[in-house]
Order: sequence, then C-alpha cells, then structure tokens
Amino acid sequence: MIAALYFSKMDHSPELARHEDRDRFVLSKGHGAPALYAALAECGYFDREALFTLRRMNSILSGHPYSPSTPGVEVCTGSLGQGLSIANGLALANRLDGKKGRVYVMLGDGETQEGQVWEAAMSSAHYKLDTVVALLDNNGLQIDGRVAEIMGIEPIRGKWEAFGWAVREIDGHDMGAILAALDWADAPDGKPKLIWAHTVKGKGVSFMENKVGYHGLPPTAEELERAVAELSAS
Amino acid sequence: MSFTEHKSLRDAYGATLAELGALYPDIVALDADLSGSTRTSKFAAKFPKRFFNMGVAEADMMSTAAGFAAAGKIPFASTFAVFASGRAWDQVRQSVCLSRLNVKIVASHGGISVGEDGPTHQALEDIALMRALPFMNVVVPCDAHETAAVIRAAAEHIGPMYVRTAREKFPVVLPPETKFTLGKGTLLRQGADVAVIACGYMVSQALLAAEKLAGEGIEASVVNMSTIKPLDEDMVTQMATTCGAIVTAEEHSITGGLGAAVAEVVCETEPVPVIRMGMKSPVGQSGKPEELLDFYGMNPAGVAEAVYKAIALKRRMAGGTR
Repeated sequence: MIAALYFSKMDHSPELARHEDRDRFVLSKGHGAPALYAALAECGYFDREALFTLRRMNSILSGHPYSPSTPGVEVCTGSLGQGLSIANGLALANRLDGKKGRVYVMLGDGETQEGQVWEAAMSSAHYKLDTVVALLDNNGLQIDGRVAEIMGIEPIRGKWEAFGWAVREIDGHDMGAILAALDWADAPDGKPKLIWAHTVKGKGVSFMENKVGYHGLPPTAEELERAVAELSAS
Repeated sequence: MSFTEHKSLRDAYGATLAELGALYPDIVALDADLSGSTRTSKFAAKFPKRFFNMGVAEADMMSTAAGFAAAGKIPFASTFAVFASGRAWDQVRQSVCLSRLNVKIVASHGGISVGEDGPTHQALEDIALMRALPFMNVVVPCDAHETAAVIRAAAEHIGPMYVRTAREKFPVVLPPETKFTLGKGTLLRQGADVAVIACGYMVSQALLAAEKLAGEGIEASVVNMSTIKPLDEDMVTQMATTCGAIVTAEEHSITGGLGAAVAEVVCETEPVPVIRMGMKSPVGQSGKPEELLDFYGMNPAGVAEAVYKAIALKRRMAGGTR
C-alpha cells in the first residue's frame, strides 16, 4: 500500500518536499517505519545507504518516524492513535488555503483500540473531509496476540460507516485492488474514506506469515537469507 | 498599596487573539467545547471559517492543531488547563513538541482560583507537566495587560508554547502597553534582603507582601517571572547573588513548577536558601476563589511567612550555626 502511494498515487517529490500542493502521508502506525523509509529512499528523499543504519545511534532513521531527522516524514508518530487527527488538521488547512493536496494516513487494526482514533474519525466526518483517506492495515495481529482475542474491533465496516465514513474492503496484497481503491477514494462526496485492507503479516515468507512474534522482531541472518530467497522466487 | 483595578486574563486573550486574526491570516483557533470559557469565542465570532470546535476531545484537538501547524498555519488551541496539560499530554508531547510544530496552547482555569469546580478542575500540576516537555515554552502572565503582550509574542514566536490564563479577574499590575520578551523576568521592585520570584496571580500578592515587609524593615526584590521556560537563569542567579535568599511564589503545586525551576538553577549556580511558596496541599477543594486563595495561603501573608523562613535560613547559613 505504501508502494502504491509513493510510486503511483501521491503527488510528491523530494525536490519539492515542501511543495504546498503535495499529497501527504502520515504513518499513524509508526512501528511500520521501515516500510516508509524504504519508500522514501527509493523516491530519493535520502540515500539508500541510510536504510542500513535503521535504529542505530546517529542514524537519520529512528525506530519510529521522527520528523526532525528524516526527510519526507511529516510528523512524529509511534505513540498510537494520533495520526488521523494530524491528517484532519492537514486537510482542514489545505481546505482553508484552497490547496488540492490529499492526506493519506495508515492505521493499524490494533491501533484502532485507541480512543483518539474514534475522536478523530468523528471529526473527519463532522468536517466532511473527503480529502482524508485512511488505510486500515488489517493483519489481525497485535503485540500480545490476535486482535480478535486481545480486544475485538469488529464490526469494522459497521463502526466506520456509523461514524460517517465511506468504506471499501480490499485484499491489501492485490496491487490492482489497492490502486483502484485509491482512485475510488478521490470521490469529492463530502465523506472521509476508509480503505479496509486485509493483509497478512509477513506475507510471502512462509515462516513469518501470521506470526505474532515477528511484530517487532528482526530476522536473524539465516532467516533473512531464507526470506529473501522466498520473496525473490514469488 | 492596593490594586484598584481587576481585569480578566482570558478576556485579554480572547480580545487579543481576535485582533491578531486580522494581522495574521494563518492564525486558526481550536477549542474543545469551552470556547465561551476560554474566550476563543471572540475569535470565532470574527473569523468563523478559521475557528474549529473539536467537541469534547482534547487529545484529538492537540493532534489536529499539530496537523494545522505542519501545513503552515499558526494554531491556537484552548481548553481548561487541566485538560490541555493532562488529558492531552501525550499528544502535546509527540504530535506537537517532538515534531517541533508551531502550536500555541492557551489554557484557561489555571490554579486554585478556579474555585467552585473543585479539585478535579483546579490545575495545580500544569506548569510541571508542560515544563518537562522538550522544546516547549511555558508562560504564566501576571495580569490582563501582560496576557495581551504574551499572546502577541506567541503569534510572532515560532515553536510550541503553553500559556496559562485564569478564570478569575486578577489585579492589574502592569501598564496597558506593557512589553513581553520570552525568557526574560522583570524586576518590579528592588530590595537587598530577599528576592520574591513570582508568576501569575502571585506577582500582585508578592508586591503587596513586599510593601508590608518594608514596614517591618525587610527590603524585598520582586521579580515577575512570567516565562517559566526558558527560565531567565541570569535573573535568578543575579537575585541569589544580590539578595542571598529567594522565595518563589506560584498558584501551583510546589512540586515541579516555578519554585522547582528556580531551585534547580540556584543550587547549581549560586546556592542560597530557596523557599517554595505555592500549593502545599496535594489537592484543593471547592469554594469561592477568594476563600480558597486565603485558606491555602496564596496571599501577602503567605508570601511574608515564606520570606521570614528564607531570611532565617539565610542568617543561619551566614552564622554557620543551627
């Protein structure tokens, strides 16, 4: 989904990083930072070599997005539940100034257990922010186990629709479906959009798929080799 | 000496913000269902399209304000001090301060003078909570005139700022066109025996106490330390050097506020006795503001009592005896 945003959908560029009409992305589930960093490096926001310094001292790449040190990162996230509110502020400011940039925000499914997400969901709908697009990364897992067992968040569609959102459910690994959903979200219909994406944590790596343990655990060198081999073969 | 004029700090905030709205097209105001109380309603009436009521959702309000700032706006977010500093602390920390965004938080209803609303609504920890945050500036104006100057400075300054106003009208201490410089304390009265470093409501009470003390032969300096962070360390050290004893006075818990900030500097630069005057009780209670201020010693007598302690300590240290 981040690839779809950065390499296709979003109007952005590192040369015009402060370009006022740009589309913006807020990674509310800040622990997904490595994916964001990879996309930013690929787009040229910083040197790819920086990726190998992730989470190390003096790196520009913190464990969670830290905007003061990383080009292309809009705000700090990681303490969960704050990104949608920030997206609303960005969208309201754009509306005031007649800027056409859209604001994309990625939420984790476990993250929606945070009350602030629902305060923000209410605000997006109240202010008819149809330029706000939330992508829900519904992999069904959180740190302590399965979302459904830790603190169930269903009915997902019912909750978001009741809060005034338009909801589209997709397979989060189907690039065609992701791009179609992002185009669907362009509709200027006065409603914020939720792209409810079913995903599999660790997708494409047999021994990582759907494993709670890999939420924040890097692979060993041997695991990395197997994982890269599997991903290259697929 | 007595103060004949009393004016509302939150009225000054509302009026100044509405006035600044015309000068700064990028100012927007946010409130969490308390716009009538915080006085952002004045701005809302004049600039309805630039006012955003976020409902009873302070956490959402602070992060939304951060979003506005990230897009280049100058958001002023207001609610009661307990909610601004406590309810939304993590949002202020991450969305605003760590992200180094230009959000102004102007919180009304600081201190015990909130009155009848009781312990849950009396902010006695807000200065401590906000002072601990990285990159945050913390300002507690002493009267309505200084509030107007502080709000103007807040609009001009780039970076996060927390400004504490109050529910009650405070005695007018400073002239109408008073100037404010972030990070600078103001010496309002000079005396060599003790320095009273005060903020907010306690500035007026310190001046009254100094007058009373002068009648007893004790000459007190009085400093209006409206900026708690960044603290005017030169002024604090100067007071320690010239007076040899310091009393801090604030309408806030004696833990973590102005008193703590001053003591931190004094003990590392020019160690002299520091008596922290403020709320010693961990919580307040419901009551009329003037009754509560008297009961908890937030008055000239309370300041004077702290001054006697400070001077006694100073003498003890000079004599090297107990």
